[in-house]
Amino acid sequence: MNKTYYLFAAYTVTWIIHIAYLGTIVRRYSRLKREIDELKKPGARS
Amino acid sequence: MRKAFPILGVLTAILLSYALYMALVGAPTERTMGDVQRIFYYHVPSAWTAFILFFINFGASVLYLIKRNPAADIVALVSAEVGVVFCTVVLVTGPIWARPVWGIWWTWDMRLTSTLVLWLIYVSYLFLRRFSSSGQTPLLAAALAVLGALCVPFVYFSIWFFRTQHPQPVMGGGGSIDPRMLHVLLINWLAFSCFAFLVCWSRYRLEKLQRDVDHAHALESLLAPRGSVR
Amino acid sequence: MTAPTGITRVTLLKDLRLEWRSKDAINSMLFFSLLVVVVFSFSFDPSAEESRQIAGGLIWVAFLFAAVVALNQTWARELRNQVLDAYRVSPAPANSLFIAKTLGNFIFVTVLEALMTPLFVVFYRLRALGPAWQLLLVAVLGTWALVVNGTFFAAMSLRTRSREIMLPLLLFPISIPALLAMVQSTTAILNGEGARFWIVLLVTYDLVFTTVCLLLFETVLNAE
Repeated sequence: MNKTYYLFAAYTVTWIIHIAYLGTIVRRYSRLKREIDELKKPGARS
Repeated sequence: MRKAFPILGVLTAILLSYALYMALVGAPTERTMGDVQRIFYYHVPSAWTAFILFFINFGASVLYLIKRNPAADIVALVSAEVGVVFCTVVLVTGPIWARPVWGIWWTWDMRLTSTLVLWLIYVSYLFLRRFSSSGQTPLLAAALAVLGALCVPFVYFSIWFFRTQHPQPVMGGGGSIDPRMLHVLLINWLAFSCFAFLVCWSRYRLEKLQRDVDHAHALESLLAPRGSVR
Repeated sequence: MTAPTGITRVTLLKDLRLEWRSKDAINSMLFFSLLVVVVFSFSFDPSAEESRQIAGGLIWVAFLFAAVVALNQTWARELRNQVLDAYRVSPAPANSLFIAKTLGNFIFVTVLEALMTPLFVVFYRLRALGPAWQLLLVAVLGTWALVVNGTFFAAMSLRTRSREIMLPLLLFPISIPALLAMVQSTTAILNGEGARFWIVLLVTYDLVFTTVCLLLFETVLNAE
């Protein structure tokens, strides 16, 4: 395997890891937003 | 404050792109290892960033133990999480670098081994945070963080001595570094630090919001009229 | 000040008396010791020369598992009888309780080690080429390192889900420097080499972590 492929693999994997983590933050955030909207609804079920 | 975030985001993205360009093109090619050596510009800044974040975790945990400040607890959680992310990057890019250079995926050299132990300590911290019931988590986690941080010098000392007794190929090279390479290294470190800051900030806001929502839920259950069912 | 040492002594004696009367823990740990050594003997051929080189590591891994087994029981009984709550509301200093528990665990684990060591020596035909008294010192220091952190984390794990797995999850990473020291010093002494660095490391580790655990235990006990 050409050595330069390792270089690109390393950089790619780095960003995959970072984007995956950011993805979890975004996902939890949107879920939380939905929950807040539910809470705000008048006469919300407890 | 809110407006600053997108602006900083764009600036960081630009900085990261510039740093990437410098790492791939701007930096001189290393004599012995060739282009593969450029992994160095991602591997080392990630390590430094992780160490700083773990140090912040230690500081925030001590602050929490003394002042019981909830914000300190959130900072501790955030810095540990993001620190583990960066530490994971170090542990993954390390072997990817080692393989073409040394022919092996892993070597129990001092730096890599210490980083692995550090990673293990802080992952166990995250497990404690996930598995303990929310009332006690901040205190227990803070205690564990202090113990973990105190362990770090022992980790380095013991592995250093172990390695001087049983030498292994050293990854990442030692000795002096070409000033042009140092320049690119520092640029990448700056870029990743800004990136880490923004990630921590987002995570902080998420956690704060999560706790506010949980608090609201708790209040609601307390104040709910007697007949209602949850 | 007699009060804290009095409480420590009383708690320790109570634990020892309970264990001696029930004999449950002792019997199971006896059998456990034998099983561990036999399993290791099948996994790492004792007749091979290499096994003598790694005997130090084998022994300490066996001790580590024995310690986890002992530690997991340590608070279980207290929890069952809600003794923990009684301690919390009493004016007794938390440190006394911690020292008593740690000493109790230390005694139990030492008993286990005393049972396993002759088996290891016999099965692996071990012979100390260095000063054997140093092995005793390493055993004491190493066991204390495992037990002091283990007792602390066992108390922490009480407040978590999956508490049995939580203890090793927390204990192992932090114990790594001490484990390295234990194994390296044991191997060095068995092979007649110097172990001074590792012993000094162990002493320092024990001092630091005993102090910090004592300082933080009250916090952990009263966390609510």
